[in-house]
Amino acid sequence: MTSRDEHIVSSYDQELAKLDTLIDRMAGLAEIQLDNALKSLASHNSDLAHCVLESDRTVDDLKTTAETQALRVLALRSPVADDLRRVITALKISGEIERIADVATNCAKRALVLNHSRGLAPMRGLVALGKMVRSRLKSSFDAYRAKDATSAQSLRDMDVDVDALYSSLFREILTYMMEDPRTITPGSHLLFVAKNLERIGDHATNIAEETIFLVTGAPQSSDRPKGDTTTLET
Amino acid sequence: MWYRLLMDRSSVSFTRLLTGALYMAAPTWVAFAALVVCDALSPMAALIAASLTTVALLMVSSWVFSEWLNVLRWARTLAQGADPNALKPRETLITSDPVAAVGVVWRAWQRERETLAGTVDWHLSLFARLPDPLILLGDDRRVTNLNPAAKQTFGRDIIGRDLSAVLRAPDILEAADAVLNGETIRAIEFTLPVPVERTFLAQVLSLDMVADDGTRAVLTLHDITSVRRAEQMRADFVANASHELRTPLSTLLGFIETLRGPARDDVEARDRFLAIMQDQASRMARLVQDLLSLSRIELNEHSLPQDKVDLAKLVKKAAEAMQPIAHSRHMSLDIHIHPFDGPWGGLVMGQEDELTQVLQNLLDNALKYGREKTSVTIEVKPAAKLPAAVAHYPLASTVVISVADEGDGIAREHLPRLTERFYRVDPARSRQLGGTGLGLAIVKHIVNRHRGALVVESTPGKGSVFSVYFPMVHENVKSALPQMQKTGHLKA
Repeated sequence: MTSRDEHIVSSYDQELAKLDTLIDRMAGLAEIQLDNALKSLASHNSDLAHCVLESDRTVDDLKTTAETQALRVLALRSPVADDLRRVITALKISGEIERIADVATNCAKRALVLNHSRGLAPMRGLVALGKMVRSRLKSSFDAYRAKDATSAQSLRDMDVDVDALYSSLFREILTYMMEDPRTITPGSHLLFVAKNLERIGDHATNIAEETIFLVTGAPQSSDRPKGDTTTLET
Repeated sequence: MWYRLLMDRSSVSFTRLLTGALYMAAPTWVAFAALVVCDALSPMAALIAASLTTVALLMVSSWVFSEWLNVLRWARTLAQGADPNALKPRETLITSDPVAAVGVVWRAWQRERETLAGTVDWHLSLFARLPDPLILLGDDRRVTNLNPAAKQTFGRDIIGRDLSAVLRAPDILEAADAVLNGETIRAIEFTLPVPVERTFLAQVLSLDMVADDGTRAVLTLHDITSVRRAEQMRADFVANASHELRTPLSTLLGFIETLRGPARDDVEARDRFLAIMQDQASRMARLVQDLLSLSRIELNEHSLPQDKVDLAKLVKKAAEAMQPIAHSRHMSLDIHIHPFDGPWGGLVMGQEDELTQVLQNLLDNALKYGREKTSVTIEVKPAAKLPAAVAHYPLASTVVISVADEGDGIAREHLPRLTERFYRVDPARSRQLGGTGLGLAIVKHIVNRHRGALVVESTPGKGSVFSVYFPMVHENVKSALPQMQKTGHLKA
């Protein structure tokens, strides 16, 4: 931390740093949850899926702690300008991470079901989508912690790729289900997993938007590029 | 002289000086007193003589003391690092010996200091040149120092921040906490997904003693990507190869069976079947070749290539090699090479064979999927706009090669999946054209290895443009050695 960022009251800095560390821990846990959920899907490993289910509670607890900490800073220090944005962003991002963890947990639950059935070909595309989302997630956390608005902006524009890949997977899974009714059960689980992963991509984009707000102070307009065409009539 | 001694805080006080003089004068006083008692001297004369002696002693000792003080002051300034010649006292009867002695001590001290500074520099350069990322940790998991390899891995300087600012993996944070709280060693495996997936073995070691800057533990990262890749590749290869080889193999087996049975004596059928069998066998051969080159590229994907390659020359050579295929389909290859500014214009850090393969695969696709009697346009130029994946590269030093065909184009939903292994937009057509389903996967992996980007744009009915972006040489060199230039003792 450079001296320019420091406050006269050093305990204020400590409280803000504590908030950052809490977000880091949550982000780390959520990333591992997503990793394990994907691994469990790709390698039919039910133990990893159970791991994910267990750690969801920790993320929830951390979110409560982070909220309390943010409220504490707001109540005791009445932050303004940069600091206010820092606290508000942390508050919002903790919410996003908690959602990501929930969604990853849901993927793990579905992996448990899918591991009992025969593998379906679109799994490869699904894992590719998962990896893409995973790297977006890491990049947005990194951009947030480095306060890097430039890479946050490019991440925000990249969400189109995730949406397009999701649309293509959606069609592919649908085709399999139409061809062979026996694949409907695993197929519909795969559809939900794909949707879940796409949601994580959206959350990552939200984090990138929060980062831009944190750095520039300008709220982001909602008209970001969209590539999900599955809800359009064709 | 008196007042100066009184005013100077570091000087000897007047009382001390007086007491000293009185002590020295005491024998004289006793002698004069004895003379007075023996009536050899009048009391008045004795008093005056003794007083004069005392005053004389006082003056002599004050001179001696002031000379001493100069030496003392000089020694003090030396301790603070001043130049020894600046305040050196003039050499007198009193000062010459102590000045010489202090000088000897000072020179010995300087020599010792230089040796120590040399050792420290040597250790620092050793630290800076360690190829594996290394992070030093203090209390509260704060990063106290990190070597250039670590800075390169994490892309920024994090001295003074919590380790969690760059390494969030819960296992690593837990290990760091455990070691800072008394454990000696912990090892964890973890994966960084961007820019290319890398697997590290992280070791946290506690240090025997706490350093001045609070360092208590050291975190080392050892890249084990190759090991994990090799394992993964073996599994993938078996799955993909068996799946893709099964179809031609069963065709071959079927025809062999027919040729040995019902068609044994049918000359016409035998010729036809053998032609089909050759087709299938060569498809298998192509597939095996592509799989092998894919595995080779993948194995090296995380290591940056080190040669300088002239793209313009490469493009011309690749186009020439494809000319016969273009000719057979009555297509033409148009090459446009735009000029580059600067000494590194058009040079990229790369491996020539791999870049040739990129061009070959892209041209091969363009010639296969372009309509007959149309042209394929190849352009090499400075990038006008960067795709998101390489948006952080400087625009001025990024080169783009684009291959445009006039074919049926690719529907939007297929675009993101084109580089997946064995993904085919139209499986029947691809097989008919002799595609293995690996061409673009190979392109993507090579481009990834070169830290570039592949962008596919397509308008259904009009054609597709495949563009690959590469950073030009000088930027690569700069970003690879950011710390070398800043740290003084690391002149390459």
